[in-house]
Amino acid sequence: MHRFANPSRFLRLSAAILPWSTAACVCLLVVGLYFALVASPPDYQQSETVRIMYVHVPAAWMAMGTYAFLALASATGLIWKHPLADLTAKAAAPIGASFTFIALATGALWGQPTWGTWWVWDARLTSVLILLFLYLGYMALWNAFDDETRAARAAAILALVGIVNLPIIKFSVEWWNTLHQPASVLRIGGPTIDPSMLLPLLLMAGAFLFYFVTILLLRIRLELAGRKLRTVQFNRARASLRGTT
Amino acid sequence: MRTGRRRRDPLGVRAFGTVLARDLRLARRQGGDAGLAVLFFILGTVLVPLGIGPEGALLSRIGAGLLWVMALLAALLSLDRLFQSDWEDGSLDLIVLSPLPLSMTVLAKVTAHWLVTGLPMTLVSPVLAVLLNIPPDQIGLVALTLLLGTPTLSLIGSVGAALTVGARRGGVLLTLLILPLYIPVLIFGAGSVDAAVAGPGAKSHLLMMTAMLLAALPLCPWAAAAALRHALD
Repeated sequence: MHRFANPSRFLRLSAAILPWSTAACVCLLVVGLYFALVASPPDYQQSETVRIMYVHVPAAWMAMGTYAFLALASATGLIWKHPLADLTAKAAAPIGASFTFIALATGALWGQPTWGTWWVWDARLTSVLILLFLYLGYMALWNAFDDETRAARAAAILALVGIVNLPIIKFSVEWWNTLHQPASVLRIGGPTIDPSMLLPLLLMAGAFLFYFVTILLLRIRLELAGRKLRTVQFNRARASLRGTT
Repeated sequence: MRTGRRRRDPLGVRAFGTVLARDLRLARRQGGDAGLAVLFFILGTVLVPLGIGPEGALLSRIGAGLLWVMALLAALLSLDRLFQSDWEDGSLDLIVLSPLPLSMTVLAKVTAHWLVTGLPMTLVSPVLAVLLNIPPDQIGLVALTLLLGTPTLSLIGSVGAALTVGARRGGVLLTLLILPLYIPVLIFGAGSVDAAVAGPGAKSHLLMMTAMLLAALPLCPWAAAAALRHALD
């Protein structure tokens, strides 16, 4: 675990991973978009609007996955006082918030033609909206303290408290009688979705996953670079101060 | 000395009582906070019929939900002072040093918060329910949901209050952190009245609210205590 706490080792490792994850993201996105927009059949009920699914579902999966990842990184930071884990959680939050927003926005666009309404106060939609607020609260808490370690600890505890929302999102379509359809891919008894639609969906999910990895690594590197810059500026200011006195 | 005190107060009942009494005394002497929450609850509720019109059918339809939203906001009002004032004058450092487990101290402070906000709100809610034209047979149910729900609000709120100790603009931030977590309590609290009217009965909602209270009772003071320890590091 602490092998990866060393920033310079992380920088080396991430520099080695970044080109591969970027390439994987671009390849999967191109192939996935071809299958999603051209090679897959329209739905017999929803016709062409079903193609919104290839963005909506991966974004929703990633919104939840990112939160689980963020909570895991927070727990690591809290338990082992792992500074890089705190930074990882901080870097993941805006990406997760964006995924959540995309899932909500595409859901609204999809809901208008199929359900006849942009928004319903149903358990799935409401719990995802709560997820967005949790992300925003998490990010706001990071910015509320001058002391970085204090901010990291507080934000980590909030992330762990907020994890109660994840099972609610996942099972909301089974516990409540919702307008949102129940799970059709990750369910006991195998997917009920047709293979011709499952393939582009999984390709797009892979593209989203590698997009997340790429952006996450870039954001952590940016954060580390920012800290290095602050240290350099601080030292320079102190040196110039010493010069004058 | 310390073991002697332990023997006289093995379960920390007296220490718990001391923290509780201290917070209640502070709430009474400083005035403001305690009465303010109830006053906000009453005034906020009274404003709504003035805003949307005094139509009885409409008010009785939205009354329960309205009382719940107001209770949520009123509970938030004094929450940011729960630990912040103790942190500012330094007494929090001393409270943490006491032999009473910090989570129990948090529970004592939460109890005090509920006694000066949640409980009075529950007590005045039947009067407000009459003003809102809620049918007489549902008034008891509304008060019961508030009785079950407001302690949960105070408990969840203590986590947020502990997390924002020493934060910039802690009060606004606290609202952002806590309101999403309040939503399940609101849904079941307000929903129980709808369920009772619609037919299936409020029992499952009330059981769910009790479950949330029982889950929050050990977990929230624990999380809040962890947050407070980090705040004082």
